[in-house]
Amino acid sequence: MNPPQIGRPARRKEGRAKVTGQAQYVDDLSPDGLLHGVTVRSPVARGRITSIAFDPVIPWDEFVVVSAADIPGKNRVKLIVDDQPYLASDVVNHAEEPILLIAHADRAKADAARRHVTIVIDPLPPVLTIDDSLAAREIIWGSDNVFKRYSVSKGDVDRALAESAIVVEGEYETGAQEQLYIEPNGMIAVADRERGVTVWGSMQCPYYIHNALAGLFGIPEERVRVVQMATGGGFGGKEEFPSVIAGHAALLAWKSGRPVKMIYGRTEDMASTTKRHPARTKHRTAVSRDGRLLAIDIDFIIDGGAYCTLSPVVLSRGTIHAGGPYACPNVRVQGRAVATNVPPHGAFRGFGAPQSIFALERHMDRVAAAVGISPDEFRRRNFIKPGDTLAVGQTISEPVNMAALLDRAMEASDYRRKREQFARENGKRAIKKGMGLAAFMHGAGFTGSGEVHLQSVVTVEGTAEGCVRVLSASTEIGQGTNTIFSQIAAEALGVECGDIEVVQPDTSVVPNSGPTVASRTCMVVGKLVETAALGVRHSLIDAGYLRSVYSRTEFQSACSRYIADFGSLRASSQYSPPPGLRWDDEKYVGDAYGTYGWAVYVAEVSVDTTTWEIQVDDFVAVQEVGRVINPTLAAGQIEGGVAQGIGWALYEDVVWREGRMANAQMTNYIMPTSMDLPPIRVYFEETPYLHGPAGAKGIGELPMDGPAPAIFNAVADATGVDVRQLPLTPERLMALMEPVTA
Amino acid sequence: MTTNCTLNGRRTSLQGHPMSRLLDAIRATGLTGTKEGCGEGECGACGVLLDGALVNSCLTPLAHADGAAITTIEGVATGQMLHEVQEAFLECGGAQCGICTPGMVLAAVELLSRTPEPTEEDVRVALAGNLCRCTGYMRIFESVLEAAKRQ
Repeated sequence: MNPPQIGRPARRKEGRAKVTGQAQYVDDLSPDGLLHGVTVRSPVARGRITSIAFDPVIPWDEFVVVSAADIPGKNRVKLIVDDQPYLASDVVNHAEEPILLIAHADRAKADAARRHVTIVIDPLPPVLTIDDSLAAREIIWGSDNVFKRYSVSKGDVDRALAESAIVVEGEYETGAQEQLYIEPNGMIAVADRERGVTVWGSMQCPYYIHNALAGLFGIPEERVRVVQMATGGGFGGKEEFPSVIAGHAALLAWKSGRPVKMIYGRTEDMASTTKRHPARTKHRTAVSRDGRLLAIDIDFIIDGGAYCTLSPVVLSRGTIHAGGPYACPNVRVQGRAVATNVPPHGAFRGFGAPQSIFALERHMDRVAAAVGISPDEFRRRNFIKPGDTLAVGQTISEPVNMAALLDRAMEASDYRRKREQFARENGKRAIKKGMGLAAFMHGAGFTGSGEVHLQSVVTVEGTAEGCVRVLSASTEIGQGTNTIFSQIAAEALGVECGDIEVVQPDTSVVPNSGPTVASRTCMVVGKLVETAALGVRHSLIDAGYLRSVYSRTEFQSACSRYIADFGSLRASSQYSPPPGLRWDDEKYVGDAYGTYGWAVYVAEVSVDTTTWEIQVDDFVAVQEVGRVINPTLAAGQIEGGVAQGIGWALYEDVVWREGRMANAQMTNYIMPTSMDLPPIRVYFEETPYLHGPAGAKGIGELPMDGPAPAIFNAVADATGVDVRQLPLTPERLMALMEPVTA
Repeated sequence: MTTNCTLNGRRTSLQGHPMSRLLDAIRATGLTGTKEGCGEGECGACGVLLDGALVNSCLTPLAHADGAAITTIEGVATGQMLHEVQEAFLECGGAQCGICTPGMVLAAVELLSRTPEPTEEDVRVALAGNLCRCTGYMRIFESVLEAAKRQ
C-alpha cells in the first residue's frame, strides 16, 4: 500500500499554474467577436422609473442595449423567494439596482455610453436602517418589512429572568463587510436560441447559476452550461450574486448573438454586490452569584437589504449559533431579517454566525464581570458538555471538550500572566494593553434538512491510463478543494495525489454536488468523494481485477484492464444523512448540524490613547475540526479567516450615504495589509468525526467567528471601556474614550 | 502608437497611447498573468518589474516602458525551472486563490534582489503594497523567508 495521503501537506494541485501566471481566470479569456457589457444602475435608493433618455450624441445603433422588456423568460433571480429582478422596469428598490445593459466591442465606448443614459426616477422615501424598517412607516417588502422570523427556545426564560437576582443586559451592533475577493465578479456568455446559453466565470456555485439561467431564458436545463474558471476568492461573495452577472452577460449575448464579457470594476463590485448583513443583537442574561448561566434571552436582527436573496438562511444560522457553546437550562433566541433600501446583503463566510457570536462573546465578558469572575473561569463553568442540549433541541453527542481548548489557548497565549501584568502596568501609560478571549462553535454543512434537500452527488471514474478523475460541482476558490479531494480519493484508492485529477466544474460534465458554501466541501462533498472512490475500488476487487491488498501500479493496471473490458469504470455517491440525525422543518427543532467545529481564540492588543489606534499584537487560534486532511491548507484557512475577522473588527467600515456605499474603493475601505496583522498562531485538536472523510469536519467559516469578540474583549480589558459596536475604528474609540480619559 | 521595450527578455513592441495603462498593453500581448484587482494602485495584483523596480502597471503610463526591461510573472521562471520564490510559495502554502500571487511573487523577487537575507519585518514592508484576502499573509511571509534560505 502507499503511504498515507491524509494529514500530510500535499502541494496545491493547481499551485504551479498560479505561481507562474498560467491559471486562467475569466478576464483572461478573449473569444473572437467579443463584446464588453456594462450596467446602467439606479442612482437613488427607492423610486418609480418615469423615463429613460438616450443622449443622441452617442451612435446607439452601434451598441446592444438590453432592458427588462428583452427578457425571454422570468425577470426574477431564482433563489429562495424569487423577488429580485434581473433588471428593474418600473420601480427601483435600492441604489445601484440594474436597469439597462449596454454592450460594445470597445470597452471604453461601452463605459462612456453608460454615462449618456438618463434615467428619471420619481423618488419614494427610502428605508435605510433596521429601526426604520421595524417602524414600518414605509412598507417596502411583504406586509411588514420582515423577510423571515425564527424562534428557538428551551425552558422558561421569562420565569428564570424574573426570579434571578442578577440580570445583565446589552445591545451589540455589527456593520456591513465587503468580501473584497481580489478578483472582481466577472462572466463571459454565449447564447443562441438553438443551442442555449453557456457562461464561463468566477463563481462558487455552478448549479445555482445553471438553475437561474434556465428560468431567465425559459429554456430547459439541458440547454444551459456553466463553467467555472479559476476563481480569485469568494468568501460568499460569489455564492448567489454571480447568477445576476451571468444573467446580464447572457442577456446581452442572446440579443447580440456575440460573446459578451462583463467584468466589474472594483468600485462597481463593492457598491452594487452583496456584503455581510449588518446586525443588532440584544441580550438579557440571568446568572447566579457563583457564575452559572440561568437564562439567555436574545433578540437578533439582521438587515437583509432590498431583496430577500439568502437572508432567511443567514438568519437561520445566526439564530442557531447565537447561544454559543454554553449549557444553560433556559434559552430563547428570536431572529428577524428585515428589508431596507440598500443593495441586498448576502453570503459572507460565517453566514450570520459571526454577528450573533460577536454579541454573545462580548456579552459573556460583561456577565462575568457582573459576578466578579474572570472571563476564562466564567466560561469554563458554563461550557457545553457531551449530553447537554442546545436551544434548538440538539443534544451534543460528540466528545467535545471546550475546557481543553481553553486551557491550550490560555497556555499558548500566556493569557493569565499577561493579563495580570498588563493590569499592573497599564496605569497612566499612553499605550494600554489587554487580553481577550472568545469561545465558539460553527456548524458544518447546510442547516437542518438542507443537505437532504440538496441530494448532492459526486462521481469518481477510472481512466484507461490508470488514473482517476473526480467529478463534482464543488469549486476551487483558493480554499483547497482540488487538493483535499485528491488526497481523500488517493487515500481511499491506495494511490497518490498525483494520480487524481479533479475535473474543472462544468455543468455539462459534473453532477450537482451542491454549492461551495457552508463549510460543507470537505466534510459533506469530501465524504461523497471518499465513498465514490471506494465504490471504484470495490468494483475492481469484486470483479476480480484487484486483490484486496494491492500496490499503486497494480491498481493502475487493474483500472486499465477493467476499462478495456467494460468500457468505463465509474462510481457515484449521493448524500444520505448520518444515522440518527433528526430535524423537524416545521417546528425548527432537532439536530441543526451533523457536527460542529469548536474553538477558543485569544487576542492580545495595544490601544494607543493618543491616536486611538488599536494594534493586535498576538493572536492564538485553537480549534477542533476533526481530522486535518492537509495541515498547510487547514492552517491557511484559519489564518485567512482570522485576518478577515480582524479586518471586520477594526478596519472595515462600509460608509453609507442615502443607501449608497460612499467608500467603494480599496483606497478608503481598509482591509488588513501585511503591516497590520499580528502573528496568527494556529493549533488543531483532532477528534475524528465518524461521518466525515477520514474523520474531517468543516473548517472554512469557523475562523471568522472568533476574532472580533476576542479583540473587543481585549480592548475592554486594556481600557476599561465597554465597546459594543463594530468596526472599532479610531474615531469610534475616541468618542467612547475621551470622556473617560479627559 | 508603438512603445518598444524588452518584455521577459524579448524585444517587444507594445501598442497603445503613451498615457494608456501599461497593464492593458501587457495583457493585450497575451501575457494575462498580470492581474487587475482595483485599478487604482492599492492591491498590487498588477505588479511588474520595470528595470528591476516593482511598479503597479495599472498606474504606469505605457510611455514609461519605452526602452525599459519589463518582467511579468511569466518571466520569473527559467523555462520549466521555477524561481526559488515560486517553489517556496508552493511548499509553504503562499498561494490560495492565486489572483494576488503574480504581484506577490514579483514583490518578493524584487525584495530578495536587494535584500538577500530579509527579516520578517523586511518582508512585511516589502509586501505592504500587495493585498491578499485569502491567506492572512502568514504563509506568504514564510514562503519569502524560505525562498531567501534556498537562494
